[in-house]
Amino acid sequence: MADTDSLLAEALQAIKDSSDEKSLESLRVHYLGKKGALTALLKSLGQLPAEERPAAGGRINIAKQEVQQAIETRKTSLVEESLNAQLSSESIDVTLPGRRQGQGGLHPITITIDRITSIFETSGYDVAVGPEIEDDYHNFEALNIPSHHPARAMHDTFYVSPGTVLRTHTSPVQVRVMEGGKPPFRMICPGRVYRCDSDLTHTPMFHQVEGLLIDENVSFADLKGTVIDFLHAYFEEDMPVRFRPSYFPFTEPSAEVDMGCVSCAGKGCRICGNTGWLEVMGCGMVHPRVLEMSNIDATKYNGFAFGMGVERLAMLRYGVGDLRTYFENDLRFLQQFN
Amino acid sequence: MIFSEQWLREWVSPELDTQQLIDELTMAGLEVDGSMPVARQFSGIVVGLVESVEPHPDADKLSLCSVSDGSESFQVVCGAPNVRAGLKVPFAKLGAKIIESVDAKPFKIKKAKIRGVESNGMLCSSEELGLEESSEGLLELHESACVGEDIRSALKLDDTSIELDLTPNRGDCLGMIGLAREVGVIARQDVKPLDFPLPKESIEDEFEIRISAKDACPRYLGRVIKNINLNSKSPLWMQEKLRRSGLRSIDPVVDVTNYVLMELGQPMHAFDLAKLEGHIDVRFAEKNEKLELLDGKEIELTPDTLLITDANKAVAMAGIMGGMSTAVSEQTQDVFLECAFFAQLAVAGKARSYGMHTDASHRYERGVDYQLQRTAMQRATQLLLDICGGEAGPITETLGNLPEAIEVSLKYSSISSLLGIQMEQSEVNDILIRLGFGIAADDGKVLAVSVPSYRFDVSIEADLIEELARIYGYNNLPQTGGLGNQSLSSKPETHTEISQIRQQLVALGYQEVVTYSFIEPSLAQTLFPDQPGVPLQNPISADMAVMRPSILPGLISTLKYNENRQIERVRIFESGLVFQKNGEEIKQTAMLAGLVSGNKMPVNWTNNKELTDFYDLKGDVELLLALGLEPDRYTFVAAEYACFHSGQCARIERDGVPVGHIGALHPAMQRKMGITGNCYLFEVELAPLQERRLAAASALSKFPEVSRDLAILIDSNCASADVLANVRENAGEHLSDLRIFDVYQGDAVAKNKKSLALGLTWQHPSRTLSEDDVNAIISKCVNGLQDKFNANLRN
Repeated sequence: MADTDSLLAEALQAIKDSSDEKSLESLRVHYLGKKGALTALLKSLGQLPAEERPAAGGRINIAKQEVQQAIETRKTSLVEESLNAQLSSESIDVTLPGRRQGQGGLHPITITIDRITSIFETSGYDVAVGPEIEDDYHNFEALNIPSHHPARAMHDTFYVSPGTVLRTHTSPVQVRVMEGGKPPFRMICPGRVYRCDSDLTHTPMFHQVEGLLIDENVSFADLKGTVIDFLHAYFEEDMPVRFRPSYFPFTEPSAEVDMGCVSCAGKGCRICGNTGWLEVMGCGMVHPRVLEMSNIDATKYNGFAFGMGVERLAMLRYGVGDLRTYFENDLRFLQQFN
Repeated sequence: MIFSEQWLREWVSPELDTQQLIDELTMAGLEVDGSMPVARQFSGIVVGLVESVEPHPDADKLSLCSVSDGSESFQVVCGAPNVRAGLKVPFAKLGAKIIESVDAKPFKIKKAKIRGVESNGMLCSSEELGLEESSEGLLELHESACVGEDIRSALKLDDTSIELDLTPNRGDCLGMIGLAREVGVIARQDVKPLDFPLPKESIEDEFEIRISAKDACPRYLGRVIKNINLNSKSPLWMQEKLRRSGLRSIDPVVDVTNYVLMELGQPMHAFDLAKLEGHIDVRFAEKNEKLELLDGKEIELTPDTLLITDANKAVAMAGIMGGMSTAVSEQTQDVFLECAFFAQLAVAGKARSYGMHTDASHRYERGVDYQLQRTAMQRATQLLLDICGGEAGPITETLGNLPEAIEVSLKYSSISSLLGIQMEQSEVNDILIRLGFGIAADDGKVLAVSVPSYRFDVSIEADLIEELARIYGYNNLPQTGGLGNQSLSSKPETHTEISQIRQQLVALGYQEVVTYSFIEPSLAQTLFPDQPGVPLQNPISADMAVMRPSILPGLISTLKYNENRQIERVRIFESGLVFQKNGEEIKQTAMLAGLVSGNKMPVNWTNNKELTDFYDLKGDVELLLALGLEPDRYTFVAAEYACFHSGQCARIERDGVPVGHIGALHPAMQRKMGITGNCYLFEVELAPLQERRLAAASALSKFPEVSRDLAILIDSNCASADVLANVRENAGEHLSDLRIFDVYQGDAVAKNKKSLALGLTWQHPSRTLSEDDVNAIISKCVNGLQDKFNANLRN
């Protein structure tokens, strides 16, 4: 049976030397195939004496199994080798930056309006918008600011024609909503407003968010609670808030709202003009005449209104120093918010 | 309004230091804007008497003075032109410390030689004391000043000027009397009443007063005062009070009227009696009437302007400013004093309409106490006679239609429901009475409150409650947890929030910008000649004079701004209203606009320098349009606009209705505006973008898709959209996808031809499509293309 042994040795060596799956397959055919060498040995068993056949057959079968086994093992290692080769040839410098579009972003004014809006939306306030070229009635008359009123001097108004103005606040939006609906109302009105004034602390266009709540049995205490809650929520800080009597023709009582300076914690600094306080809002209980003019029963309903400057809140929150940078749109400035 | 703390304390002096007083005023609604010591912290300056003046031997402009401090005389060299013997001036003695400007360190007066002559001290101007920003010559003290007295006490300089930023409803606080009343309420302290000796009436001369405009002028008082001496000088105390109130001393007549203005809040005016003719009449201006005002300006009057006139001419703009022709001058001997109440409505806005603003108009617009005129007239007469001598006639009073006294009822229960507190009835009464309100009746539930003649801002219950809250202290009022909505609510899913649209653009690498709504008219005109925007009547500047007809000019200007700062890759967007005028009607439309310039992608290590182009922007816009889940409703149609490159511009239509445009900036505009980079723009209406179809799912087919490609040769000016539409028409209902996967123009095809490669895919919902099915459809498509576009199949 030297044939079997030498054939096995030869096969194992060939398998060991094979370098790819294809040659391995041809070796399998060569030794184990229907016309293969080991298969031929089995076929030749008949020529042996009967008593030798079982032993010789057993050895051939063992040899076949060994060859089969060797082929499988070699195959596995060949797959592994080729995978390893692929992996190493395909490796890259993962520290190179990714290929991508540039970083986009929102303007800080929008970021601020969105933040204010989302705070009030959780309490059921709707967002209302309206025209920016307004008629005199909605911008002034309906808000209890008749044409001779000295408060008109506080609104440096842009005129498009004698009865048509650029809105000086977003309150006319509230008037329009009240005219077209029924109480209760809960709304905030963000948007662009215009005043004919331009210096270090004023731009002729700026943004306001005004809020309005009309319902039964609303009190000044509700207004205070709402304004204080909002400021704490917006600045994520429980700073002190104080209310000062003030005057707006459309509210009575009216108040200016100061909050403890977020920059110096009320100690006094450049930002708060060494007072420890920052003026951030105006507010008040809606004047009954304003309700009446919008056909709301002022004996049944009352409410409060408040308004704030978006640029100012953004300045305080993000430390923007110069109001004018908002509208220069230097991309390097804007990208600081992305 | 600026006032002197000392003056206030003559009326009421609560135990508060200056800062506390300021805080209390602010918290009561009289906001303090600022405060300033009335003089700097100098020392060692006394009232000096100039005994003699001789010229300096070696200098023309200097004098040698002998100055007495009351006990000793000193030789002082002085350069002031107004130095003269007998003058009393501030005298800084040796060792005195002077502070030359707000931030300067004090410097010490030492013995000095000036041009060889010894000088022992310095005579001071008001500028050197810090009383005025600038002044010429020495401060001339009143002859009654006590020589040797420290100047700080002689002029009562340890005082503060406080500036109030009063809200327009508080005209009653534009005089010391009203301010004192307010402080009295805050401190719950009684206020000293106005007390002065009534002037003697020594002559019987009167000047007739008529009132034609009885509503506009409810009360007019006049008085003749003869033989006044205008060479006299206002006493130093009066000059100082005026100065600390921000008013300069002019002459005794002006000073007295200004003093009464500051003390009582009552504007007054003095006419030269000799220049008045016939009688006074208060009436509205006539057509084409003119008036030369005190400040020398000639004004053409509008008929709604209230005038003081005499028998022949206008002599003053009522409540605003007197006229030149009847002004008091150095030659004046006899004056006619006016003290009137003009109605708010008659004066309001008038000064502003002429571009003016005066102390008088400021007060009349806000409302002057209509019961105050007689007191004010007596006070002014008394002061004038004290200073200038003269003889006063009786007061002439003519009435128009006086306002009716107002009574407002106040329910105690309203106080608690509006403020959320129970206020003691006695406290309510005390606050109201101290503020000058009258309690006409009080049944324990409702108060009948009479409003004083100086409170024009109180007419309803809420006004009274504000007064109570103000004095009680806003910060002492309670607060609730706010009034949130307890019920669930949702937003319609068929509406795309603008924030989602913005986020989409941000994700595509766009930066949002906010540009001014007003732009340069010529820019609007050039870019949008058909719709140049809505002009403003009073623009803030010439380059911000028209409301934008489009957001694009703002974006282009922003590109330019950033290009100037070496930022070459720009992808920006903005949303907002644009304004168009259609006859008299103004259309305001919410738009979304974007601009791209520079490279397709930020430069990276693959050395990518490919410039962005029309199709990059169009792709981004298509993604926006797809937010509505109905992209097929939109089409891009080649179009021409002034602002766009004529060959690279499309109108965006939705169901055939124009909703926007997209294109490359016109090269001529680009050159004109100095844009160096490539620039592509789009602008589309927001409303359609925000409409969204509610998603509706349908079952997916289980049968295989079949795909075929077609390559056709057509004229190069054929729009591919038309080709696709034609194919879609013929490709049957089961066409599931159609796309162009190659466009070729070049050597391999004839000139003026282009090759389009189309990929078509079908899927049948209930069976597998056979080869024969597809072949039939393909030949229909090919025939369609041949008929319509003369297309040839390419091999």
